Amino acid sequence: MLKYAEKIKETALKLLKENRVDTFIGYKKGTVPMMNEPVLVTDPDKVDQLYWDSFCGLNLCNYLTKRTDKIGIVANGCNSRNIVTHIIENQIKREQLYIVGIPCEGMIDHRAVMRAVKYREILDIKENGGKFLVKGADFEETFEKEKFLQGNCATCTHRNPVIHDEILGDPVEEQTGVEPFKDVKKIEEMDPAKKQTFFTGLISRCIRCYACRNSCPLCYCPTCFVDESTPQWVGKSSDPTDTMTFHFLRAYHCAGRCTDCGACERVCPMGISMRQFTKKLNKDCQDLFSWEAGLTLDQRPPLDVYRPDDYNDFIK
Amino acid sequence: MTDKIFSKEEWLGGIEALRETYGVFVPVKDGDFHTFMPLSEGKNPDFDYQNSRLSPKSVVYPQSERLFEYTLDKADSEANIVKESPKDYSPKAVIGIRPCDVHAFQIVKRNFDNPEYRDPWWVQHFESTTLVGLGCNEPCSTCFCTEVGGGPFNQEGLDAFLFDMGETYLVKGLTDKGEALLGKITGGSPADDQALKNAEDLAASASKKITSSIPTDKLKEKRTNDLFNAPFWEDTAFACLNCGTCTFLCPTCWCFDIQDEVLGKEGDRIRNWDSCMSPLFTLHGSGHNPRDNKFQRVRQRFMHKLKYYVDKYDDGVQCSGCGRCVRYCPVNIDIREVCKLMNSF
Repeated sequence: MLKYAEKIKETALKLLKENRVDTFIGYKKGTVPMMNEPVLVTDPDKVDQLYWDSFCGLNLCNYLTKRTDKIGIVANGCNSRNIVTHIIENQIKREQLYIVGIPCEGMIDHRAVMRAVKYREILDIKENGGKFLVKGADFEETFEKEKFLQGNCATCTHRNPVIHDEILGDPVEEQTGVEPFKDVKKIEEMDPAKKQTFFTGLISRCIRCYACRNSCPLCYCPTCFVDESTPQWVGKSSDPTDTMTFHFLRAYHCAGRCTDCGACERVCPMGISMRQFTKKLNKDCQDLFSWEAGLTLDQRPPLDVYRPDDYNDFIK
Repeated sequence: MTDKIFSKEEWLGGIEALRETYGVFVPVKDGDFHTFMPLSEGKNPDFDYQNSRLSPKSVVYPQSERLFEYTLDKADSEANIVKESPKDYSPKAVIGIRPCDVHAFQIVKRNFDNPEYRDPWWVQHFESTTLVGLGCNEPCSTCFCTEVGGGPFNQEGLDAFLFDMGETYLVKGLTDKGEALLGKITGGSPADDQALKNAEDLAASASKKITSSIPTDKLKEKRTNDLFNAPFWEDTAFACLNCGTCTFLCPTCWCFDIQDEVLGKEGDRIRNWDSCMSPLFTLHGSGHNPRDNKFQRVRQRFMHKLKYYVDKYDDGVQCSGCGRCVRYCPVNIDIREVCKLMNSF
């Protein structure tokens, strides 16, 4: 993954110098290990800060919403699918974008790395091919990246960008035979009481900081339903019913739109696996509509379209 | 004042015994991180920790607290009368709190307990709480307490203090409240001069391990408007998600919102933590929002902590250097970097 950093710099420099874009959106290396910061570059002299490694697990599409300039943007598989969704949903125009595609080999789960080194403080991480070296004050350990992928990356079948103006490497082989919905199936088998207990436990640590919502490119409403105050729809205290309402409704708003990029889980300060909600809806969309979000500009998502030839009886 | 040495086993047994008198809050490993929780059956305190994910500010200042209640039932003779809700001010003890988080209580106290204004709920919770600190033998690389008026073994604001000496704890009583608590723990042996010297050496070596340098010396002399209009805010704010991670994890963020919640005819008036990152924080009744843009909200957070507070109280910044926002900001906006930008602008 590191090899892309230099190529991103070269491409951004070329695009900015030739005035083909006004701005370039990518990552810069973070000030703490396993963290990188999204950055907007407008000055060709500042492209050197651009960076890429296996900790670029946010979703840069989040920064495109309603921009009016011409933008170069780095996009791996899932980010590119969100760009497609953004274009379909009129949040950005295709002609405004110069998409710099990155064939992705998955992002590393920073929490899994912390567990692997038994929560000792990590001071530096060096990636080398399929391996990475973790350094602390009094330890050094090497791990295989493949075993430390984020949950969504481990079962991803769209690692290559689905839309791009330029691609920075040969496409990677897409994974086959992965089972993305194993965990969802387990929950489906629970009786309602067990489901209730499971979901209540899942979100019990939630502090309503809304990092999950705000890291998600799908959440671009000018005012979110939880922030409505006239009238107020959802209580703002840490009451579990209100917290559950937030999580359920947030997930439903993502139905048929979620690309399972994993940004929500990555950013949660409390380590909540809220993908358990959105994945069920992704599975339903696959089962009911043979739909995966963000793969094509030519088709409307299932929940905002009506087709006279719909095979379901209830809608006729 | 007490200076005693306890074996770690003795000490754990001792704090278990405190449950008879206090609601005892201790760091407990909860999944991937530590949280301050009430000590109860099946909850094992774990003092071998760097710091808790959420600061222990919630012990004194809960995320949601019911202040008042009322009934709208016309048949009730007390309809529409707002009455104070019962609160639990029974004695609480926080054991193993880090010095940065205690320093944070001192900062927050300025807001909730000052000559002009006294918040009755915060003050009563605070006064009913005994704070037993634990020195940081191994501060994190993201800590900068020594840069903002604290230190890994700073005892200011504490009632008692623990030095982790390896096999034992050296325990110091610092206030009457602390002595009262220590009086309820049996066992231990008096600490001799050598043990006290070892503890001082430990403290000195820990301070040297703090490597982050965050100059704040020029913040006060800067003109507020110059900093407010500085060109770097848009860049600083670009990545910000405007989530509440920094404000909710911060031990010194004190802002709140008050909400009425009514179910049927019964109503509660609840105080909730609020966050200046949220657009709703400043939304006026007219619909106008003076901080409508993301960069304005980001600027507010840093200006409050590093300029307005500095000017108002003339006693340092509104930050205890715990490093939580540095470690957990999902997009890596680093207050150390922003402070450097402001201080050198």
